[in-house]
Amino acid sequence: MTQSTSGASEDVTLGATPTEQSAVKRNRRLDGLFEHTTRGFALLVLLLLGTIMMSLAISGWPALSEFGWHFFTEDRWAANLDRFGALPAIYGTLVTSGIAIAIAVPVSMGIAIFLTEKCPAALRRPLGTTVELLAGVPSIIYGMWGVEVLAPFLQSHFPTIFPAGTGLATAGLILAVMIIPFITAITRDVMLTVPPMVRESAYGLGCTTWEVTRSVIFPSVKGGLVGGVILGLGRALGETMAVTFVIGNNLFFNPTVTGQGTSIAALIANQFPEADGLQRSALLALGLMLFVITFIVLAIARVMLNRMDRRAPK
Amino acid sequence: MTERTMSESSPHLTPSNPVYRRRRLFNRVVMAFCMAAAAFGIIWLLLILFSLVTKGASALELSVFTERTKMTGGGLGNAILGSLIMTTLATIVGTIVGVAAGTWLAEYGGKSRLASFIRFINDVLLSAPSIIVGLYIYAILVLPSGHFSGWAGVAALAVLIIPVVIRSTEDMLKLVPNSLREAASALGAHRWLVVCKVCYSGARAGIITGILLGCARISGETAPLIFTSLNSNQWNFFDLNSEMPNLPMTLYQNMTINSFIPRQVELAWAGALILTVAILLLNIVARVVSERRKG
Repeated sequence: MTQSTSGASEDVTLGATPTEQSAVKRNRRLDGLFEHTTRGFALLVLLLLGTIMMSLAISGWPALSEFGWHFFTEDRWAANLDRFGALPAIYGTLVTSGIAIAIAVPVSMGIAIFLTEKCPAALRRPLGTTVELLAGVPSIIYGMWGVEVLAPFLQSHFPTIFPAGTGLATAGLILAVMIIPFITAITRDVMLTVPPMVRESAYGLGCTTWEVTRSVIFPSVKGGLVGGVILGLGRALGETMAVTFVIGNNLFFNPTVTGQGTSIAALIANQFPEADGLQRSALLALGLMLFVITFIVLAIARVMLNRMDRRAPK
Repeated sequence: MTERTMSESSPHLTPSNPVYRRRRLFNRVVMAFCMAAAAFGIIWLLLILFSLVTKGASALELSVFTERTKMTGGGLGNAILGSLIMTTLATIVGTIVGVAAGTWLAEYGGKSRLASFIRFINDVLLSAPSIIVGLYIYAILVLPSGHFSGWAGVAALAVLIIPVVIRSTEDMLKLVPNSLREAASALGAHRWLVVCKVCYSGARAGIITGILLGCARISGETAPLIFTSLNSNQWNFFDLNSEMPNLPMTLYQNMTINSFIPRQVELAWAGALILTVAILLLNIVARVVSERRKG
């Protein structure tokens, strides 16, 4: 845009006084300095990613080399025996996130459809803002509520399903409540990118609200919807505080859905402060694994959302 | 909407065609589900806010703000102060790094391959799990130095806020019309001056909104602080080399290892209320700032 300034500066010197010439020179130096400094800061992002990967890999290496593939298949995490198996944590992470997504996606889609298509115009903005504000409530609040209110409630009303109140299903439920505002906010934004003209045309043809949503809106923002859901999944996979309180922290592999278990993030949060040696290394290796999983999930989500952005600019 | 006008205002247009009836019925069922979903989602959130306000407000008193945390009783004063210090410092660091990096992406990077790559990585880091950031700072700062410190907590929070600021800075600078840049350049302004005087003043409100939202996000983060700043029961005025008390960690400890003491649980709810109100306020201020830009 401003390339011309540097190219034209040779001519500027023709009729310029020495002070003006030095000002031009100084500004040209400042230009270079400004560009290089800001680029340095931008490159810091890459450095950050690189060092996160490196530092976790280096400090997790002792455990990974000690256990090899058994690290992922061993069904028990016992610090006193120096036996570290990630299977209970991996299972817990997948099950809680799965439950969370299974509950949160239909509910969020429902809320988003309601907000964009059916909600009275006067309520639309306040409700939308409320959803966005709730997406900002810190996750530890959800965890505290889970252990103080939800778990005792489940234990006293459904003692056969939730004997302890806490467990994988309870954690999944809390995660669902936490990501509902998050997925709703993205879904609503994505649905609003559909031009009103397209929507009105479909109504004009006599489509019902559901037919407009299903056959016009959803197909044209498919990538964005899936991207939003995957972004929610990424959040559920890596969530620590909402889960730690209610998952039960059982370190044995327990292949049920409602029983007590643990997740990667919860295991790290619980054991890391008191860990050292091989245990600490094993926990850092777990952290690396979580980072790699969420990185892949989030990268897929971003690719889908970016593709959408390019097609339908706001 | 459409199907209702057809059926009610001009009944002769509505054939008793079963296809029409089925479509209408199906639409009603789905819309009822959507309303139910909205009610379901809102009920959960209202329940949480209700417990937060009732349990939190009943434990709130002046001593909560003035006294330090103790094994039993006490207040949350030192934790609130510590959180304020760490969040403020992290926000300052994050603002400097984030605004600079965002400036490069918007003004110089453009569509180049490097800029697109940085943008992509930044978007991924934006939603990376915060506990990983805690582990990372532990591995590169706490382990070599041998002790937990406030600086490590600041570093972890800064790593979390930087992607937020980068994203919003870049988005806001891109909204500044190119004709403004060209006009400034035509007057002879050098590029750095154009960015500093013209672009920043146009994007200021948006960038501030981004910083405030990022600040709201990091002030509730607990997971990264467990391995970095830890927590302490003492007042800590700017001694960032030692462990720094903070509100989220205090809530976490009061609800887990200290949960057998009723007063500590009450204090945790008071703290949760303070934290949530502070975060909601930051969010609202951010919204007001960005509204003013439009209006």
